Amino acid sequence: MSGNVLVLTEHLQGAFTDGTYEALALARRLADSLGGEVEAALAGPGSLAPALGGADTVLVVDEPVLEFFNPQAHPRVFSALVAEREPAVVLVPYTSMGMEVASEVSVRCDLPLVSYCTGVSADGGLSATCRLYAGKIEADVDVPGQRGVFALLSGSAPAAEGRSGGRGEVAKVPAPDLSDLQVRFERLIEPTAGDVDITAQEVLVVVGRGIESRENIAQAEALASALGGAVACSRPIVDQGWLPKTRQVGKSGLTVKPRVYLALGVSGAPEHIEGMRGASVIIAVNKDPKAPIFGVANYGWVGDLFDLIPELTDRC
Amino acid sequence: MNIGVLMRAVPDPVEELELSADGTDLDRDFLGYVLNEFDDHALEEALLLKEETGGSLTVMAFGTADEVTQMLYTAVAKGADIAVRLGEGLEPLDARAQAGLLAEAVQAGSFDVVLGGVQAADELGGQVTVLAAAMLGWPHVSVVVGVQPNSAGLRVVKEYWGGIMAEFSVTPPVMLGVQAARQPPRYVAVARIREAQQSGALREEPVAAPAPSPAVRVTALRLPEAGEGAEMIAGDESAAAERIAELIRGSR
Repeated sequence: MSGNVLVLTEHLQGAFTDGTYEALALARRLADSLGGEVEAALAGPGSLAPALGGADTVLVVDEPVLEFFNPQAHPRVFSALVAEREPAVVLVPYTSMGMEVASEVSVRCDLPLVSYCTGVSADGGLSATCRLYAGKIEADVDVPGQRGVFALLSGSAPAAEGRSGGRGEVAKVPAPDLSDLQVRFERLIEPTAGDVDITAQEVLVVVGRGIESRENIAQAEALASALGGAVACSRPIVDQGWLPKTRQVGKSGLTVKPRVYLALGVSGAPEHIEGMRGASVIIAVNKDPKAPIFGVANYGWVGDLFDLIPELTDRC
Repeated sequence: MNIGVLMRAVPDPVEELELSADGTDLDRDFLGYVLNEFDDHALEEALLLKEETGGSLTVMAFGTADEVTQMLYTAVAKGADIAVRLGEGLEPLDARAQAGLLAEAVQAGSFDVVLGGVQAADELGGQVTVLAAAMLGWPHVSVVVGVQPNSAGLRVVKEYWGGIMAEFSVTPPVMLGVQAARQPPRYVAVARIREAQQSGALREEPVAAPAPSPAVRVTALRLPEAGEGAEMIAGDESAAAERIAELIRGSR
């Protein structure tokens, strides 16, 4: 085992994700504590390696099948690298790609996995802080075995710090056998334009589970119209089919930075917060005084949104 | 096609959560449990797949709590053929232990495809469907928003971010972590659930005690401070509306 920290990187359309750079930034801090180095694993085009200058060594596995993420091939490649390099810590962004990678690597390499991490420390043993139950609970977790895989929520470290600061030496690594894949990448599907571009709005009235029914969304529409803005929503509203996907804010939806973000009945799961924390003024209304949305809002009111909406619409 | 679905009872996301006396777990004595909403979508997608391909649909859940039994009968009422309770009165399990039980049940069931929710709010130790697939040596696709039969077996659509998705062709067997079904989960009348209770579709599957997971120890849980970070507005809805209107005007 080394004291090294290995980041399993992810790329889409020729660019690494912010999550990759956040992981590299955290990796540097951990490697400094452990007296080791930062390694980055790139499964994909070697031409992308220069963008991983935050790592000391970039381990490149370049095969045509790895150009686009493949949920069977990528975890297999990363597992082989973790088994060979034996890093103390493996960091993976907790994303659509990373969640498939982290879990499989932990089983194949028999390493403990901690998900939903907001921070990881290597001072006096490995430990992490995690956000569970849709952000309602914070957990402190110890990993006594000195090695572990950590899946990082967005915001675990500043991405800018992870873009440079390493030696960036590139080492090509042969791929494990990928001839028997049952999963074949076919194509990327680009988003279709919606009726309203929520990323271009100055004011967003955002409804969450607390809006209770499709019919009630009309009240939010009336308020948004009075404010000269538009209605957006959190994921459960789209999953129920009440609003189209193009109105969804968050990890699997869109990232927005409006001047005013008025959240009505949005609990504030980490996946939602990831898409709206850049708003200038965040005002949250929720019945639950412990709703995590109040942790990111500038202003909050605890109460019934159905009492508030008509009062506010009248004043705008 | 032989289809399996994992269903989990999780703490009701709209309920206030309290901590146990030692602060390392939830206070589970008065906790309400509901079906994990992503598992509800997995069931819906599985029902659509069964309607398109024929075959059999088996739903599986851990434990014997009333909520679990009710969940399984509801799935039968919606169209599942067989409901299986795995284990008896199991204490809350970590993700790795759940995955071990699921892998064991899947191996015994000769499934072509097993669907579960992409995540659960308490999966500290990873995604159960992915962990189970890795244990079985099966491929997996997670964050799935559509599954349909094609010439290879299945056409699976996975969601990334910013509205971008990817399409895969998959030769079964495969484990799928469902984010959202192609349509919202269907409702079922209470009378149909009562009928399901008489159907004899529910069976018990004895399972071996889960293997110990690699060590991860929760040392403390915390509830976030109320309004941590936010300036809280006092007063009734009228006062709140006044202040919020003022804030919006002031932001220009």
